[in-house]
Amino acid sequence: MSSVVLDNIVKRFGSFTAVHPTSLEIPEGTFLTLLGPSGCGKTTNLRMIAGLLDPTEGEILIGGRRVNDVPIHKRNLGIVFQNYALFPHKSVADNVAFGLKYRDVPKSEIAGRVQAALDLVQLPDVGGRYPRELSGGQQQRIALARAIVIEPDVLLLDEPLSALDANLREDMRVELKRIQDKIGVTTVFVTHDQSEALAMSDRIVVMSAGRVEQVGTPEEVYNRPASEFVANFLGASNILESRCTDTGRDAVQLDVPVFGAVPVPVDKAPEVRPGPAKLVLRAEKLLLLAEDAEAPGMVTAPAVVETVDYQGQTVRYFIRAGDRQLQAINMIDGHPFAKGTQVTAAFRPRDCAGLPGA
Amino acid sequence: MSVEAREARQPWILLAPALSAVTLLLFVPLVFIVVYSFWLRSATGADLPGFHLDNWREALTDRFYRDILISTLRIAAITTLVCALMGYPAAYFIARSRGNKMILLLLLMLPFWISYIIRTMSWINILGVSGALNTLLLGIGVISEPLNMLYNEATVILGLVHFLLPFMVLNVFVSLDGIDTNLEDAANSLGATRWQAFLQVTLPLSLPGLAAGGLLCFVLGAGTYITPLVLGGPRDAMFANLVFEAIITQLNWPLGSALSLMLLVVLGVLVMIYNRYLGMAQLMKGLG
Ligand SMILES: Nc1ncnc2c1ncn2[C@@H]1O[C@H](COP(=O)(O)OP(=O)(O)OP(=O)(O)O)[C@@H](O)[C@H]1O
Ligand SMILES: [Mg+2]
Repeated sequence: MSSVVLDNIVKRFGSFTAVHPTSLEIPEGTFLTLLGPSGCGKTTNLRMIAGLLDPTEGEILIGGRRVNDVPIHKRNLGIVFQNYALFPHKSVADNVAFGLKYRDVPKSEIAGRVQAALDLVQLPDVGGRYPRELSGGQQQRIALARAIVIEPDVLLLDEPLSALDANLREDMRVELKRIQDKIGVTTVFVTHDQSEALAMSDRIVVMSAGRVEQVGTPEEVYNRPASEFVANFLGASNILESRCTDTGRDAVQLDVPVFGAVPVPVDKAPEVRPGPAKLVLRAEKLLLLAEDAEAPGMVTAPAVVETVDYQGQTVRYFIRAGDRQLQAINMIDGHPFAKGTQVTAAFRPRDCAGLPGA
Repeated sequence: MSVEAREARQPWILLAPALSAVTLLLFVPLVFIVVYSFWLRSATGADLPGFHLDNWREALTDRFYRDILISTLRIAAITTLVCALMGYPAAYFIARSRGNKMILLLLLMLPFWISYIIRTMSWINILGVSGALNTLLLGIGVISEPLNMLYNEATVILGLVHFLLPFMVLNVFVSLDGIDTNLEDAANSLGATRWQAFLQVTLPLSLPGLAAGGLLCFVLGAGTYITPLVLGGPRDAMFANLVFEAIITQLNWPLGSALSLMLLVVLGVLVMIYNRYLGMAQLMKGLG
């Protein structure tokens, strides 16, 4: 178990910069997720930590030691690849034992440790099989067992769940987190799935186009997005152009067209100064009420339902308030509103966040 | 006609042209050859039909034929080994290079645009008494007399390697190209050096390609007669030269037929052995 530090690392492929200067500290035992859309440089970062790519600039420290010049086979890392990368010509037990052969593990101990790893991933009986005889989810577990049996300093996971179908993915998510908790290994997890990131991480690094947009706990990046990009990437958000009229001790006053004055808590709008600003309003925090309903403590505006996207437990509306189209995701209570209904759109100011904006 | 019946017929319809070609051009002549090998050549010129074992007795017992068969197999084996040793690294390089794979493969195919005979004869201009190499060595004064480099077993092997190397490279390339590069990365991350990862993962997974390339080189090498004809000396005849000699020069079709069947059976047995082995290798390789 070790901490990982990225100190101003840059990766260029020819003239293309895949990773702009990035600094990160990953404390020992942390589960850190690199989250971002396709092509934003997540894998590139991970491969640099792994030693599969050399950073063009900057330093990488694992456990306080500079590893830029340490080849991958001496870094003691566990890597799980998106496509599992199990050795097809070796049995499951031989796959798991592979890393132990290059460590000074006595032969007599190898079988026991392989079995313990298989037990940990809850596949105690498949040692004699070949990878092709396992299902996708089972292969994924074996890949994990193979990576952790060597007691790596850092566990690196590149979209390990993306090849699994939805139900299995949720099971494996819980499973992976359980195992990580149990062995407490520092983990860097790559995904473009926000719910995976929110559910599993101690810290999330939101990336976009080779840059870090925000680093924080799931709660922080979700509720206090540091940029419009983060607000939109983690769930659906409405971004409303507004003006900041006053910054008080507790609240920042935002004047939002159609809705009027919105006092956003200061800690959710730390960067906002008087002048142009943006209000971040999550789709699930925007409630639709009957046209004549009372909404004490909420900011309201009249609106018309334009599109109804029924999703079972929830329903997603697109509504028009003034000249703006807004998105609202509500739990269904009784019947959803029909298209064309006049409604009251309402939200609580403390559910919003504010961003400086031009 | 039911859907199943139509689906069952379709492969046969699609295969029909190829099957007729194989039947007419390969199977029928082969039957002729088998029949011929039991006829007798008579002094008057017209062969005597019948069932005589004389040709077979001669082909199987004459030391001359056996020695040439053995040296043919030896030359083919050495050629295959040299092709494997030279071709594997080249195939690895092409498979692991980024972007320009297609150009490299095209370059590999380029020699096929020139006739095999011309390519073989070009060695005479290089290695001959007044060839490029001797001229160069004489010119810079390393030697004072031209060297006799041509017309021995080594030049036959050289010519065969020149001819067969692309087959080896292509076969190994195809299997290497199909191996997920993450497998080597995974092996490295688990503590294997690049060389260990190669030995443990890449090499075993590429064995089917190496075996296929090896079989092709061996069979084509063992069946060749142009290379020893052009680049070999009088004592470097290979088995196919004997067949050529018997049929074309001596017009002894019955003996030539028996000899060519002998080579066919030997190579056929090798292919069968390979098939068994490949079956196992494929089993080991699996499909992930
Ligand atoms: N070897 C390479 N040569 C050139 N460009 C590369 C190379 N590897 C990656 N890139 C580029 O760098 C950028 C980041 O790639 P990277 O693989 O890190 O993305 P990612 O965030 O992992 O995306 P995904 O979610 O699709 O896996 C991409 O624009 C990609 O095209
Ligand atoms: Mg990626």
